[in-house]
Amino acid sequence: MIDLTGLETRPAQTWGAVRLVPLVRREPILDLRLHAKIYGDELSMVSLPDRTGYWAYIPHAFVASWTGDGTPAAAYGTQIDEPARRIGIRTRRRMARRVDKNRLRFLPMHLAVEGYLALHFDGPEIVWEEWSRRDLSPRVEAVYSGAEISGLADALRVFEIYPGQCGLMIYVADSLAAATVVPHPDDYRALHPTLIHDLYGELIHDYALYHPVRDFPAVVDALRVASLDDLRQAAERHEREWASFHDTTMAAEMLSSPGRVEEVYRFGPFRLSRFLPRFEPRRENHIGETITSDDGQVAYLKTFRLSQAQIRRGYLLTRLAAHDWHLGRTADALGTTPADLGLRLERAGFGHLLRQHVLDHYRKAAKR
Amino acid sequence: METFADLIECEDVLLFVNAAITSTGQREFHSTQAEQRLSLRFLHSYIDGNYPEIYAATLALEINDHNAAMIIRNLLLRHGGDGALIAWRLSRMAPQRVYRLFQDLRRLGVNNRRTRAIIAGWLSGRPDLAFDAVKYRTAVKDAVRHAHLRLEGELGDFLFAPRGRTRFDHPLLDAWRRAHYEQAAVYELPYTVAEGFAARHGIKREIFMERIAPRLTRLERMRLAESARDQGVEADLAAMPLVRLASYALSLPFQTRARRRSELTAALRASAARAAGTRAGTWGRVTAVLDDSFSAFGSVTKRRRPLAVAVACHYLLEALAGDYRGLWLSGGGDPLMARPTGPTPLGRRIVDGLETAPERLLIVSDGWDNAPPGLAAEVLRVWRTRLDPGRKVSIVHVNPVYDAGGFEVRRLAPGVPTTGIRDAEDLPVLVELAQFAEGRTGLAELRGYLAERAAERVARR
Repeated sequence: MIDLTGLETRPAQTWGAVRLVPLVRREPILDLRLHAKIYGDELSMVSLPDRTGYWAYIPHAFVASWTGDGTPAAAYGTQIDEPARRIGIRTRRRMARRVDKNRLRFLPMHLAVEGYLALHFDGPEIVWEEWSRRDLSPRVEAVYSGAEISGLADALRVFEIYPGQCGLMIYVADSLAAATVVPHPDDYRALHPTLIHDLYGELIHDYALYHPVRDFPAVVDALRVASLDDLRQAAERHEREWASFHDTTMAAEMLSSPGRVEEVYRFGPFRLSRFLPRFEPRRENHIGETITSDDGQVAYLKTFRLSQAQIRRGYLLTRLAAHDWHLGRTADALGTTPADLGLRLERAGFGHLLRQHVLDHYRKAAKR
Repeated sequence: METFADLIECEDVLLFVNAAITSTGQREFHSTQAEQRLSLRFLHSYIDGNYPEIYAATLALEINDHNAAMIIRNLLLRHGGDGALIAWRLSRMAPQRVYRLFQDLRRLGVNNRRTRAIIAGWLSGRPDLAFDAVKYRTAVKDAVRHAHLRLEGELGDFLFAPRGRTRFDHPLLDAWRRAHYEQAAVYELPYTVAEGFAARHGIKREIFMERIAPRLTRLERMRLAESARDQGVEADLAAMPLVRLASYALSLPFQTRARRRSELTAALRASAARAAGTRAGTWGRVTAVLDDSFSAFGSVTKRRRPLAVAVACHYLLEALAGDYRGLWLSGGGDPLMARPTGPTPLGRRIVDGLETAPERLLIVSDGWDNAPPGLAAEVLRVWRTRLDPGRKVSIVHVNPVYDAGGFEVRRLAPGVPTTGIRDAEDLPVLVELAQFAEGRTGLAELRGYLAERAAERVARR
């Protein structure tokens, strides 16, 4: 469960298929600040502690500065530098790395994406005879950059940032595409343009092409208004209704999304963690990363909406892992036959894990 | 008896007038330049096709130069319109715009006898054609050629065979000849022409600015006031039109605005008082809701234009009203320090405005009400139907931005008239025009109004 107390929902602004919902913090967090470090648009490679490599398009990193005793942290230049133009592949050590005593560099979103890619990455623990290999390497997923989502760039450009705004939920065709929360309004102002460089799933890319959305216009019941004060109260009621509708209906599935939370790094009073969903097919599944303070308050949040194919892959891997990668037992648990499960694995892109003759056998069984 | 067609016509005309006041075919906050131009082109051909007489008569209204040029071009293309009205409108336009229009006509191959007569008439009315020939050399050449004119004396030689003469009698023409080899002659020329010669002679910018300063026009002076302050270029602020002055003030950094507060405020007040003229202090209790949300930034080509219009309206209303209150959306109270930022909570601010019990409520906004969306419309609707059915408070929405997608300026509510605005000086006239949109007056009155204005224009000439 993600707890967004301290953040208030304000009226959404729509543009084309995109609905942007601002989140405002009454009291900004002062002892943690973020700023972006722009890398440019070449391919990046991150070497991980387990000696595997993570290759991705990483446009920027975030740098978090904090103080341990609650005094305000200086934003280490809350500004966006010109990207350094260079050809070649950047390599970085680790996803989160301390660059100074009080500064931590981490790669936003990639922390979570890597968590998803590395899901049961080691492959079968028991080498049942059906499996052809012992790991999933290389695991590949493709995503869209925000610039490729039609209308998103314009929506972000014409969006009017609220005073005190510390977060934004991006809905495309009224399905939640991404949520962002930062500690301080100045950080948000500086990081707002980086939203266009973030990752968005295939689902979001396709929805953006077809489904324009409308505003929820305010409606005032004229019969219940006798004075200007009544009008003012009606306006406030509308805003409250919208906020509670948003929090309990539109964002509900994301907020209850985390199924598995993994702590990545602990610094000062904060912890950086990533979460994976429960991989339930035909529901919203978000992966993401958070920085929470000791009292559980979310200082930083970034999420990514998995597309259906990605959910299916995650679902199959978790199911297999839960049953020690035994095809028969997994199939029983899913209420299906091993042959069907084998074909499902193939359709999900894991066909290469099964031995060829086993797969052929399954195909033949399916034809009969 | 009003028919349905009459109503539609009335609406179409007002829609077009609003568009013609605001749109300049440039990029706006919510739409690109191409969208603006496409939308405007369609609107022009729609009105021209359906109501040709009204289309021609709109020239008499306070429409902007861009649209006036478009209308004149379309009228000359189809041999329509009133020649006297066209001549009157041309005489009010900046010369460079008129020359551009003539070049447009040349490109389109519009060369009937009437067009030629209009060009010749306009050229003969210029105070000093030799000055134009130096400053807009190519354009004058094109216009003269297009109208088949034969210029008498040295002017013809200057344009078409400048090397044939060793000297000109007119001092400006001669200065242009000498400026090719003599640095001192450069400073006798208009600034834009001199700039080219200065580059050719390799004159240092500081020296050039210092010596050309007396030749600068009012607008050039204002434009260069910041970059060439050290060379003694100073803008005559109080003489500037209100919106331009506001734009200039808003372009300055905050510290400068604070430092020059008394000077800028005095200039804005003086300009507003001049614009208000005899109407000053006659409007009674006025409250204005002024938009300084992020969208008031406009675009890179129209920097802070909507905000400048709001600031200008603030000072003008201050002069017009007996008792004035200005409410900014951001809650700020200092128009000089206005800054386009934050959302647009129009609805709440309108309630605040109505609470001050004004006689007139003016809303200056681009109409993108988003916090929450549609609240302004609801507030105005309920106010009109429940709280003030007798229309004791007159509410007008003025909008400085043309919405390309909607083919008009964005409206707030059906019961409240919306009118486009470009120069704050036109505000009193626009509020007059807005009553047509309120549905209290019909098509006959509107036609009458247009005819009256047209006759007035031509007679005054």
